[in-house]
Amino acid sequence: MKLSVPKELLPTEKRVAISPDNIHALQKLGYQVSVQSGAGEQANFTDINFEKAGANLVDDPSTLLGDADLVLKINPPTTEEVSLFKEGATLISFAYPARNEELLKSLGAQKINWLAMDCVPRISRAQSMDALSSMANVAGYRAVVEASHVFGRFFTGQITAAGKVPPAKVLVIGAGVAGLAAIGAARNMGAIVRAFDTRPAVKDEVKSLGGEFLMLDFEEEGAGSGGYAKIMSKEFIDAEMKLFAEQAEEVDIIITTAMIPGKKSPVLITEEMVKSMKHGSVIVDLAAEGGGNCELTEPGESKVVHGVTILGYSDLPSRLSTQSSRLYGNNLVKLVNLLGDTEEFTINQEDEIIRGALVLDRGEISWPPPKVEVSVQLQKPKEQKVVQPIVEKKSIFSPAVMLGGLCVLLLALGWKGENEFLDQLTVFVLSCFVGYMVVWNVTPSLHTPLMSVTNAISGIIVIGGMLFVSGSNPWIAGLAIFLATINVAGGFLVTHRMLKMFRKE
Amino acid sequence: MTEGVITMAYLVSGVFFVLSLGGLSKQETARKGNMYGILGMALAIAATFLSGEVENFKLLIPLMIGGALIGAVLAKRVEMTSMPELVAILHSFVGAAAVLVGLASFLDPSHADLSGTDQLIHDVEILLGVFIGGVTFTGSVIAFGKLRGSLSGKPLLLPGRHMINLGMLGASVWLGAQFVEQGHDQALISLLIVMGISFVLGVHLIVAIGGADMPVVVSMLNSYSGWAAAAAGFMLKNDLLIITGALVGSSGAILSYIMCKAMNRSLANVIFGGFGTGGGSASNISEIEGSITETTADEVAEELKEAKEVMIVPGYGMAVAQAQHVVKDITETLRANDVNVRFAIHPVAGRLPGHMNVLLAEANVPYDIVFEMDEINNDLPTVDVLLVVGANDIVNPSALEDSSSPIAGMPVIEAWNAKSVVALKRSMAAGYSGVENPLYFKENTNMLFGDAKDTLSAVFSKLS
Repeated sequence: MKLSVPKELLPTEKRVAISPDNIHALQKLGYQVSVQSGAGEQANFTDINFEKAGANLVDDPSTLLGDADLVLKINPPTTEEVSLFKEGATLISFAYPARNEELLKSLGAQKINWLAMDCVPRISRAQSMDALSSMANVAGYRAVVEASHVFGRFFTGQITAAGKVPPAKVLVIGAGVAGLAAIGAARNMGAIVRAFDTRPAVKDEVKSLGGEFLMLDFEEEGAGSGGYAKIMSKEFIDAEMKLFAEQAEEVDIIITTAMIPGKKSPVLITEEMVKSMKHGSVIVDLAAEGGGNCELTEPGESKVVHGVTILGYSDLPSRLSTQSSRLYGNNLVKLVNLLGDTEEFTINQEDEIIRGALVLDRGEISWPPPKVEVSVQLQKPKEQKVVQPIVEKKSIFSPAVMLGGLCVLLLALGWKGENEFLDQLTVFVLSCFVGYMVVWNVTPSLHTPLMSVTNAISGIIVIGGMLFVSGSNPWIAGLAIFLATINVAGGFLVTHRMLKMFRKE
Repeated sequence: MTEGVITMAYLVSGVFFVLSLGGLSKQETARKGNMYGILGMALAIAATFLSGEVENFKLLIPLMIGGALIGAVLAKRVEMTSMPELVAILHSFVGAAAVLVGLASFLDPSHADLSGTDQLIHDVEILLGVFIGGVTFTGSVIAFGKLRGSLSGKPLLLPGRHMINLGMLGASVWLGAQFVEQGHDQALISLLIVMGISFVLGVHLIVAIGGADMPVVVSMLNSYSGWAAAAAGFMLKNDLLIITGALVGSSGAILSYIMCKAMNRSLANVIFGGFGTGGGSASNISEIEGSITETTADEVAEELKEAKEVMIVPGYGMAVAQAQHVVKDITETLRANDVNVRFAIHPVAGRLPGHMNVLLAEANVPYDIVFEMDEINNDLPTVDVLLVVGANDIVNPSALEDSSSPIAGMPVIEAWNAKSVVALKRSMAAGYSGVENPLYFKENTNMLFGDAKDTLSAVFSKLS
């Protein structure tokens, strides 16, 4: 089967659907991989890189797409590209089916199977194919880089000969994948980072990255399905807005990431708040594509209003094209894996992941998929079912009973026995206890040497043999001596050899 | 030498033996501990030599020199992976020696001089010494065969085996009762029959135990060999033998207990359970969701290069593949690149308590980066890459998650908490317990199939 990767046509798009590293995995599944010349150039993968990794280079997009059984892309195809597809081919790319009805129809006419990377269900098994998350991760990181680029100060605080530099304060709104990436990046640059999210469950993740989690005095659970936050009540939003207004006066950088799938992004930063910010502050609006979380955001642009730079870039992943291409490529390969190798290529709709991602099934629109419960949170409690380790059974052999029994037994022996035997018994029982106390202190890593040394000293039975070797049956005693000596010498020497090997640094 | 001096010499050597075991509590003092043991033994033998009770030097000296030479050669030649076999065969020697000393004691003319309670006690002591020694002897030989692989590791379960064992025990008690009543010649026959029964019992007990329960069996036989020596001590009225036997006996008993606890099973369950014979566990396979992701040596090397925290969990498979040296090479390369490499050891990993520690020490891995399960489990979430080298049941999450699993409740190394897991394995076969391992199906687990030594060598060549 032929697999093709065309050059992305959008002028702002610098990414490519796969990196040279992915080619081997695709070939292993049986695909002949073709890449359009220059496809990876803007992501710093040269044609030579692709060729060395085993891909064919094709110049002409019509040959490339006309031949292909499977096409891997990032953005939805343009009308021009659509006409080049072979009938019945399979396409994997972002699709955004809600806004691309026309495209669905024209691809449908060509009986295309279309798997949408943005429709892969957000369940734990599909995490490795979740391109939205990997792109959000890149965007979160890049948001901090962009902000630092236009921000006039250090992020980190310093005390220098020329004076004290206070650290920058960053507020991240929404602690999803992008938000968390932004928190991590800003923390690593030395800023003080605060974060807000409607889902208190993410508090620990924020903290683990070194951020401070801002709380509202308000009880409402914000977790919705599919890993997104849900829309909150009016009272909650009022409290939230009050918090943002307070923070806006104080912080230097605001990064907003609040997106609701398929809806307009909520306005969280009003013009009033922007006005209250210090001159030179920066707002990075990652929700720009959906209209923006800031009232003044202009999608795709950077502008300065009231002395505050507002960045509304919607191509952040593309601005980190090498990284994004690698991650996206890995996501793609995992999804292609699910389709099986080329000999058994099937689009198995029984698979929840495939069914969710499939927006065109041989040209028929199959979106939206039937509802399946996909909340990640809901599955967790099941996994956490833990069996109690080692329940101490109440046995009749409790220590008290054992000790009592031992005492009774010893007293009974004392009643009957004769002195010499009782002396020996005293020695025996005391030695057992000494052994018990000493051996518990032995470190587990020395258990093997412990065994070999006890082996050697149990060779003490050689003395028994020695006492009889002068008697009437010297050979029986002699054999005992012989065996026991092997033990003594072997045990001690092997212990010595082992202990010599244990070394510390 | 007077009897008093000898008694004191024995006492001192007993003290040395206690110090010897005490020395093993820490690596720093362990070598000194071994020296104490050697000193104690030398003192005891020297004292016996000079006691005046030993005369037949012409026979004694060559035998002792021969035995010492053989022991030295064994100790020098043995591969560290074969330590369990060596330990097992040495146990059998103690067992055999105890039987022989018992026989010699019975045949000694002084025995005929005894009468009344003295004779009764002495006879019982002989019987016990011979019986325990016999079980230890043949049991250890069987354990040796199983560990070496010359006998099948599968438990051999005869129908009604508990009744057979009980029957043998009962017969021995009955014969023992006859033995103390009978005259010398008849009694000898009874004693020899008891000895024969104990041999059969030793074989029968150990063939019923599976290969991977050998850590428990070897510790148990260690304990038996101690009790056999102690019984000989009672027989000979020799305090040193009693002290030493008791020390060894309790040491082996504690080790058995620790091993059992690490498998969440009772000693009785190990000895009589016939574990790992299937039945009821096969259904687990269908319940595992997800698929296996296979990886390559190249990818593992890449992953290791990028990691900051690496954990290695070795199991018996590492010993079988003799992979400890290449594990150490990888460890060194990574540590030279400032990767924090640590090892996590499960108490029952391998075929002998502490077996993995010895193998790693042999390969020159410093012991301060080798940790016990309990020390390390909480650190696992910070681990970037966790390598499972030839281990299976000891990293099986169903021990904690699935209460119907045959290994439910067994403490395990929680490997799945690491960010990424690479499991090295020959094939997808289930572990010793016959339980499928859901770890391999987890999202963050990749499988690297093949002989651990070959695959790790490939990883190493990519790293350097």
